[in-house]
Amino acid sequence: MAQVTMRVWRGDASGGDFATYNLEQNEGEVVLDVIHRIQATEAPDLACRWNCKAGKCGSCSAEINGKPRLMCMTRMDELPAGPVTVTPMKTFPIIRDLVTDVSFNYVQAAKVPALMPPPMPEGGYRMFQEDVARGQEFRKCIECFMCQDVCHVIRDHEDNKTHYAGPRFFIRYAELEMHPLDQNDRRDFIREEAGLGYCNITKCCTEVCPEHIKITDNAIIPLKERVVDAHYDPVAWLGRKIRRKPKTSALDAAVQPAP
Amino acid sequence: MSEPYEHHEYDVLIIGAGGAGLRAAIEAKQRGLSVGIVTKSLLGKAHTVMAEGGMAAAMGNVYPEDNWMVHFRDTMRGGKYLNNYRMAELHAKEAPDRVWELEQWGALFDRTTDGKILQRDFGGHRYARLAHVGDRTGLELIRTLQQKVVSLGTDVFMECKVLQLVHDAQGRIAGCVGYWRATGEFVTFQAKTVILATGGIGKSWKITSNSWESTGDGHAMALWAGANLIDMECVQFHPTGMVWPLSVRGLLVTESVRGDGGVLRNSLGERFMFNYVPEMFRAETADSEEEGDRWYDDHSAGRRPPELLPRDEVARAINSEVKAGRGSPHGGVFLDIASRRTPEFIRRRLPSMYHQFMELAGVDITREAMEIGPTCHYMMGGVQVDADSQETVVPGLFAAGEVGGGMHGANRLGGNSLSDLVVFGRRAGIGAAEYITSGQAATAFDQGEVDAAVEAALAPLSREGGENPYDIQHDLQEMMQANVGIIRNAEELAEAAIKLDEFTERVKNISVKGPRVYNPGWNLATDLPAMITVSKSVTLGATLRKESRGGHTREDFPNPSPEFGKINFAQSSDGGAWDSPINVVESPILILPDDLKALLEETK
Repeated sequence: MAQVTMRVWRGDASGGDFATYNLEQNEGEVVLDVIHRIQATEAPDLACRWNCKAGKCGSCSAEINGKPRLMCMTRMDELPAGPVTVTPMKTFPIIRDLVTDVSFNYVQAAKVPALMPPPMPEGGYRMFQEDVARGQEFRKCIECFMCQDVCHVIRDHEDNKTHYAGPRFFIRYAELEMHPLDQNDRRDFIREEAGLGYCNITKCCTEVCPEHIKITDNAIIPLKERVVDAHYDPVAWLGRKIRRKPKTSALDAAVQPAP
Repeated sequence: MSEPYEHHEYDVLIIGAGGAGLRAAIEAKQRGLSVGIVTKSLLGKAHTVMAEGGMAAAMGNVYPEDNWMVHFRDTMRGGKYLNNYRMAELHAKEAPDRVWELEQWGALFDRTTDGKILQRDFGGHRYARLAHVGDRTGLELIRTLQQKVVSLGTDVFMECKVLQLVHDAQGRIAGCVGYWRATGEFVTFQAKTVILATGGIGKSWKITSNSWESTGDGHAMALWAGANLIDMECVQFHPTGMVWPLSVRGLLVTESVRGDGGVLRNSLGERFMFNYVPEMFRAETADSEEEGDRWYDDHSAGRRPPELLPRDEVARAINSEVKAGRGSPHGGVFLDIASRRTPEFIRRRLPSMYHQFMELAGVDITREAMEIGPTCHYMMGGVQVDADSQETVVPGLFAAGEVGGGMHGANRLGGNSLSDLVVFGRRAGIGAAEYITSGQAATAFDQGEVDAAVEAALAPLSREGGENPYDIQHDLQEMMQANVGIIRNAEELAEAAIKLDEFTERVKNISVKGPRVYNPGWNLATDLPAMITVSKSVTLGATLRKESRGGHTREDFPNPSPEFGKINFAQSSDGGAWDSPINVVESPILILPDDLKALLEETK
């Protein structure tokens, strides 16, 4: 059985250092499996977050060999030979070991001006797949906060956290602005309160997104254009003709392109 | 000699921030009550996020002939009639409104060609009924509810573990005590009502789709506090969990794979499910591959393929094939969609599954079959509640979602969980509001209960030379998997009961190293009392139910029995401590009114 050396950062807000663990590596294991085995044997107090262990909840973000990754989706056998270094996300304050205080993100979430839809007609809203697809890309976000972690605006400048929402919330704003039902206007808010102008489009966020959301191209750049474009009309979709077509099967309904 | 703990007071305190807890919070908040939500994890990470396939609601968007009566019938048949009929009725009637409500709050479901919410096929549902977003519907549900809760300004206490409910002098629920994971400091909540929305219990099994959180905290705390648990023997083993590599064994593979055309094959390449169609479902199940395949395109052109039987039937069939030596190399069977649908279709409809198999197993599901096997997935049993209000027998205590019992009977249909969360989360919020209005709510709590819970939680930290909690958890999971798994018998259950008493003693001798600050070993030590309590409860129910019904299968009593079909076993704590014995009474199932009974008797 292969052996692996794990260098795991241990400590708290007052400081810390790397602890080294040598253990076996089993076939198909991910970094989180190895961290769990360290917990279950040598270090039951080794702090890390995790929930789903399937890349769906975004809890186990850490920096593996210096790069933000989900520990549950990083296979050990894909990492280069040699010791594997695991450190907490740098942008957020340390609580303990691999666990950071990510409350910055929840503060930003509380500031988001909510969706404002028109009253729902009898039988539900009508929206077309091609119109919801844009928002659906952003709603794939699992809130791992790795895009926030890697964003230089706050990674290197702590004081920007008071007036900069970060890529996770730019895709949220983009989603709301592109939402077929939304009647709220956040353009001034996004510029003045969320600090969209601070983003200088280095695409670091897009590179680390485990859901492969095109954060910069599909959210931030269009959002920047919309915020400055006074002529943007967010309810253009209303002009779309609604055409009813009797379905023949669920499969048809699913695979046919929207009219 | 109590420390001055951090203290908060609310009208409604909700324990758990999955779909049910968040929906209950929205309801109570919109009714003008003060609401606090306590969650063991960060907001948005609860197990709801793992739900994949969709939420069942008879909206009739794809098949206009669908309606609540068909959904009710499917739910009762899937549950093998052990269900609380009133919950199944309310659920079927109210689910469509709960789906549309999510859309008003920002959810973006997949669409039909005419712009309505698209609905997909799932096991046990006669019509395509599951509103969904690809195979990440749970994420959409929790994010929508989370964003609504935040926009209402609700207080959310994240990474806070509740240890125990506390009463007032009259025995009413008056709040709870817990600790912050980030600091290890204790905190008390005084509340007029407490809504349990703590989810499931799957972490007591070795092969499970559940996360570390599913330790049965709510089930156990309700039992200790004086509530009843019903149907605890009814644990759902989902037919399709990953089996390889070992590190992901148990991870869920959505039923949508089968709903969208995937089929099960054994090592001989046979679609073996045709050999496992029970009498109860024979009239509505295809008897040839050709007929089953026609059904996918048009439900009036054929009957449903047997891969879409309810989960209990499929899980047992897979178990039998593996036992008969017709399994896959790693001890499962094959789930094949690659040979039946185009790569484009698979990637669009099942993006998470494509990603999950590609990244974790190195398997391209558009080209190869998946290896899958049963995994402990869902707890049908739970706290006995009034169907309309979700109130328990303990004044002021409510329960909703997976922690509640009755809705799903002996087996839950896929897709009925997400809709359960929002239908009964909302009802619990209304129930709590009405209880408060009635003026019976507690106004002070018993400090003695708080101090005792704190003392018990601290004990492992000062104990020297005791056991590592991880060793006990590991042994518990191995034992429950072996003795109280998918197929049970009297001998193994009796052995389980003895072992659980041994685990109880071992838990009393745990030592935890390190500080209280974010210490997972200590967290586990405080989870184990609940894990062992619910394991005992499941074992007890399984021992008493001498028949096979739904998720509960006894090889020594392989058939359903009409007598057992008339009762739920209601369990209660004899003493209220975590290691107190459990009493059981036979609780007659509710008798269906004639109009609902007529729906079940329809043959088609």
